[in-house]
Parts: sequence; structure tokens; C-alpha cells
Amino acid sequence: METDQLSVSIWRGGDGGAYQTYQVPRLESQTVLDVVTYIQREIDPSLSYRFACRVGVCGSCAMTVNGKARWTCRTHVSRVAENGALTLNPLRNLPVVKDLVVDMAVFFDKWEKAMGAFVGDKTRDQALAAVSPSDPKRKEASAGIECIGCGICYATCDVVDWNKDYLGPAAMNRSWTLINDERDVARIPRLQAIAGDNGCLGCHSQQGCVERCPKSLNPTGAIAGLKRHTMKAALKGELT
Amino acid sequence: MTTASLRTETYLWLAQRISAIVLAVCVVVHLTTMIVAVQGGLSAQEIIARIGGNKLWLVYYLVFVAAVAIHAPLGLKTVLREMTALPIKRIELLVGLFAIGVAALGFRAAFGLYGLGGS
Ligand code: SF4
Ligand code: SF4
Ligand code: FES
Repeated sequence: METDQLSVSIWRGGDGGAYQTYQVPRLESQTVLDVVTYIQREIDPSLSYRFACRVGVCGSCAMTVNGKARWTCRTHVSRVAENGALTLNPLRNLPVVKDLVVDMAVFFDKWEKAMGAFVGDKTRDQALAAVSPSDPKRKEASAGIECIGCGICYATCDVVDWNKDYLGPAAMNRSWTLINDERDVARIPRLQAIAGDNGCLGCHSQQGCVERCPKSLNPTGAIAGLKRHTMKAALKGELT
Repeated sequence: MTTASLRTETYLWLAQRISAIVLAVCVVVHLTTMIVAVQGGLSAQEIIARIGGNKLWLVYYLVFVAAVAIHAPLGLKTVLREMTALPIKRIELLVGLFAIGVAALGFRAAFGLYGLGGS
């Protein structure tokens, strides 16, 4: 139903906060981020939220919109408003700083835990590695490389909710791209980092992360790949 | 959050997958047998006549029980880990006992029925 006013309920405060409702003029091609920006600029300057690029590149604008985690700069109000109303919450599974802002530290700490950083053994004086774009491993890596670190998959994953030590889809998706990077030399330590019940074996493969990822990535597929690799590594005695 | 090594966790994960494959076959055989056997009523004599003293059925039920005793406790472990605040040591103890219980009751039933028949 199209109306000229949008009723927007936003979670204010931190964990002990409450909803506050605002009336926002409905505009054509309006995004959810536009709505939040309007409220902050025109109605209530104390509203906190996060954004940077406004074009789906930086991954900083994710919020829970009518119950689902979304990138708000690329989400049109027309697609998500229900009877002219929007309910906005901070991302799930992360500590709330204030209003719509969550503390992403745990999320990125887990990337580090999952050995999400490239480890090479070449110097700048050596020749560049020649990696064919048609190489199957290169294709696997390419399929997962476009992650913008928005945390939407992490907020959607129930296993993250149930087990605070679970590494989560984004961190393991990152690991998988590096496992498939033939220049990387840390395969075994990385498998060790993502193995076990707090790592890839904890995934229930129900693909909530896949459904919600705004970049249409497939963290479930990446984790399935990691399961196969850790299984083989365990059988070969490479895991401890 | 865990006491087993990563290698052990991976082996247990693999054991659950393999037991699932075994169960898939066993359950089909089990259900088919039930549907066939229940035609024209079911009686203890009929069951004993089929299973008692039959080595093939004994092996089948031993494999079936073993697969259940591996698969179900591992699933239960995950459920308890995710749904309760019990410490992992307590969970491992509980599912360990559960596995022993399932195996003991199942093997007892399989051997018991086997012992009832034959000539
Ligand atoms: S598929 Fe795995 S990582 Fe993705 S949401 Fe489900 S449990 Fe989480
Ligand atoms: S995998 Fe997708 S949903 Fe998860 S952080 Fe990366 S871009 Fe966001
Ligand atoms: S503001 Fe950068 S992705 Fe939305």
C-alpha cells in the first residue's frame, strides 16, 4: 500500500532501550537509509546510525529492517515497507552501542581468528604469480572475494546466536578464498583455525546467510568446502 | 567451549555422517520389513520365527543399533550445546551415558531375539 507518510519505529538506546516512532514523508525511490538520514537531520539529531558510501560498497549501513538484516542504502522502502510502516533495529548477534549502531569488533576479531589475512612467502623482487582466471581454485576464490564485511550474514546466523565462539559465515567465507589462493602458504594453520565445532563443523548448512547476503555470496558453500578440506586434513593427520 | 581436540571433533563429525548413511539404508529395510510383516496381523511368534536364530538378521540389527548408538548421541550433543547452558564436560558425560544405554538396550534386544529362535 502506497501512502504519502511512512511510520518508522526505531529502536533507541542500547540493550535496555525502547522504540520511538517517527512520521517521515514518503518519496519516490527512497531508500531505508534515506529515511533514517531524514529523521536524524529533520526530526531528531540524537539518532545514531552508521553509513559511508551510500552505494553498496562499504558495508557499514546494515540494520534490521522489519525483522530482516539488510543493507539499508540499497534497500528501497517500496520493497520492504508493510502497510506504510518500517521497524528498524540494530543488527542481531552484536552488542549495541547506541540506537542503530552495533559494535562490530567481535565480528572482525573472528576474521582474524579464522586467519582471514593472506600469508605469502615472496618478496617484491620476485616475479608475480601467474594465476589463470580459469583455474578452478581461482574460480572458487573469485566467487567469495566480493564480501563487503557488512555483517548481515553474521546477524542472520542462528548458530552465532547459540554459540558465542562460532566463527560465523563471513570469517569462514574469507578463509575459504585464501585456502583457494595458490600464493598463500598458511593452508594447514588456517584449516586448524577454522576446524572443529566452533568453526566449519558447527554450520547447519541451512543457508540463512546465503539468502540474506546482499552480494549474493555463498558462505554455506564456502563452509562446506572447508568441511571437506578439514576432514581430509584430519584423516591425513595434519590437524591436532 | 570444548574439550576434544580438533582432530577428534572432526572424526566425530565424520562418524555422524557415516552412521547417517548406514541409518538411511537400515531404516528403509526396517520400514519395508514392517510394512510387509504387518500384513495379516503381527504376532510375537511371527517375529521370533523370522528373526530368531537368523544370523543375517542378527548382523543387520547389530549394525542398526551401532549406527543409532553413534548417530543419536552426537546429534544430542549438538542440541544440548546449542540449546542449554550446560558445561561441555557435563554434556559429554550425559551423551556418553546415553550412547552406552542405547547400545546396551539395543544389543540386548538383538541378541535376545536371536536367542529365542532357531532349532
Ligand atoms: S548456513 Fe551455516 S553459516 Fe550460514 S546461517 Fe546457517 S549455520 Fe550460519
Ligand atoms: S558474506 Fe555477504 S552478508 Fe556476509 S559480510 Fe560478506 S557481504 Fe555481508
Ligand atoms: S552505506 Fe556503504 S554499503 Fe550502505
